[in-house]
Amino acid sequence: MSVAPPPRYVPPRPPVIAPGHTPATVTDKISAVVLQRTPRWWYAAFAGAGLLLMMFLYAVTLLFAKGTGIWGVNIPVGWGFAIVNFVWWIGIGHAGTLISAILLLLRQQWRTSINRFAEAMTLFAVACAGLFPILHLGRPWLFYWLLPHPNAMTLWPNFRSPLIWDVFAVSTYATVSLMFWYVGLVPDLATLRDRAQSRIAKIAYGIPALGWRGSARHWHNYEVAYGLLAALATPLVVSVHTVVSFDFAIGVIPGWHTTIFPPYFVAGAIFSGFAMVVTLAIPLRAAFGLHDFITERHLQNMAKIMLVTGMIVVYGYAMELFIGWYSANKYERFVFMNRLVGPYKYVWFALIFCNAVTTQFLWSKRIRSNVVWMFALSLVINVGMWLERFVIVVTSLHRDFLPSSWGMYAPTRFDWMTFAGTIGLFLFLMVLFIRFLPMISIFEMRTIVPRAKAKEAA
Amino acid sequence: MSQTTPRLYGCLAEFENPGDLVAAARRAREAGYRKLEAYTPFPIEELNHALGYHRSWVPYLVLAGGIVGALAGFGLCWWASTIAYPMNIGGRPMNSWPSFIPVTFECTVLLASLSAVVGMFALNGLPMPHHPVFNAERFALASRDRYFLCIESEDPKFDGKTTREFLRALRPSEVSDVEL
Repeated sequence: MSVAPPPRYVPPRPPVIAPGHTPATVTDKISAVVLQRTPRWWYAAFAGAGLLLMMFLYAVTLLFAKGTGIWGVNIPVGWGFAIVNFVWWIGIGHAGTLISAILLLLRQQWRTSINRFAEAMTLFAVACAGLFPILHLGRPWLFYWLLPHPNAMTLWPNFRSPLIWDVFAVSTYATVSLMFWYVGLVPDLATLRDRAQSRIAKIAYGIPALGWRGSARHWHNYEVAYGLLAALATPLVVSVHTVVSFDFAIGVIPGWHTTIFPPYFVAGAIFSGFAMVVTLAIPLRAAFGLHDFITERHLQNMAKIMLVTGMIVVYGYAMELFIGWYSANKYERFVFMNRLVGPYKYVWFALIFCNAVTTQFLWSKRIRSNVVWMFALSLVINVGMWLERFVIVVTSLHRDFLPSSWGMYAPTRFDWMTFAGTIGLFLFLMVLFIRFLPMISIFEMRTIVPRAKAKEAA
Repeated sequence: MSQTTPRLYGCLAEFENPGDLVAAARRAREAGYRKLEAYTPFPIEELNHALGYHRSWVPYLVLAGGIVGALAGFGLCWWASTIAYPMNIGGRPMNSWPSFIPVTFECTVLLASLSAVVGMFALNGLPMPHHPVFNAERFALASRDRYFLCIESEDPKFDGKTTREFLRALRPSEVSDVEL
């Protein structure tokens, strides 16, 4: 007689919201973060981010006064930090749209507690990204020449250039992300208007709330519009990083001119973006005690997405090397050998360590559910994705076709100050956001508590 | 000014859970009331059926916006590249349409999204800083955890006393008058 083995203990999946919450408790808890007195650490964070922002303003003022000569860019490496940082920031932004739009269409309930601040992250990251190409123009005050407009020179932009596609893609992305974020905020602004005690707060939240009163007819149009925005934002987010990759792939530089760039860039963007959401979510939930809403389930799900997109990126690295060899083109072969053994080989190995090696830790469930590990890994991935863009931009440019036009690129202190300064700008905006706006969507959280189901008494 | 009794906007019933509100809305429709509105802290799909809302105009606006955006985006590229500023780039034809697709796509998404947002607010009559229902004392809870049903005085069946009686029979936690 055979005895059935005892069933293996499978720990239950952590819930998306801690038990015992009702629409009232989620409303009170999330709006309290905004309406209560400012915690003391907030001032310290505000000051720290503000100092970095001041450094950014200093570096940019000097750039306006003296020109891009204060940066390390020169021929042959004309793209340097500005483009590395541009691609890095805009990639980070993509996770916000992915969480708010794609996961909404897929009806993933766990998105609800992280979508609001992920969307804010998108907006602020796109703001940082947008600065770099403009600062890089040399005469940034003429940036509007990028936009098609009637002018005395009767000039029009060249619509066959990926750089113009980029202007359209990034500005559309920024506009649509802003609208998506604002539309999601309107019902929550109405909640804050109704709950604020001071008259100033009532007016300050009341004006952007537009007089929202939660009428069923309004909700009906609202839901349709929100769903359609999500459906429009989904292909948009894919198109934006595709167009960013075209900036490289349409060119004839070996190492850039590859068809794998669009999918590999989009996967890399999602990879770094989710890493940034984890970087932000872990300290935020600790600071405001939001463990009920941002649970272990959220961290685990994000870790899984990071693992998948990370593996796609690693596939991209492998395929780049393989095609470099398989193309039998001597310039392609040279570029990839140069990445492995050339003067920037340490950057390439650091990139492989950060993105290909450390990501493998995410296979372990124990690491996925460990907050300290997740935070550390998310930082490492952010560094790795920055290094990836450095490798793509600099190693492809610094060895031109003729050895007589070879050169080296080294960032100056103003490059570093501008980069660190945009991190300051990002944190500054984030710090203001968590203080003045609900960082978790209140009305959507109300819908996922058990009491929210409309059950009619028979 | 002489003191007169304030005119009524309607009668407001407050419910403690969404199920009761949906049942009440259905009963009110069955009783022949047509000028009805429900106010809830989050969207409730069943209410749309109970109140008889079927179709939203938003999708049509989005479609129109998308078509206009696509035509405008492509038209801009085509006109600038063939008429306003023709330039030979690598021997391509002047109307090198595949390179116009990214800009066309972005303009499509931009105008479709703008029409979704502007259209949604316009159809809802927002922004509207004030509305009579805000006069009701407990209405602020509509953005927290209470569910309201309002029968408006414009309804042909509306009569202060009988409507109030009718709403009370639906067993709400409270019934109040909304003044204009």
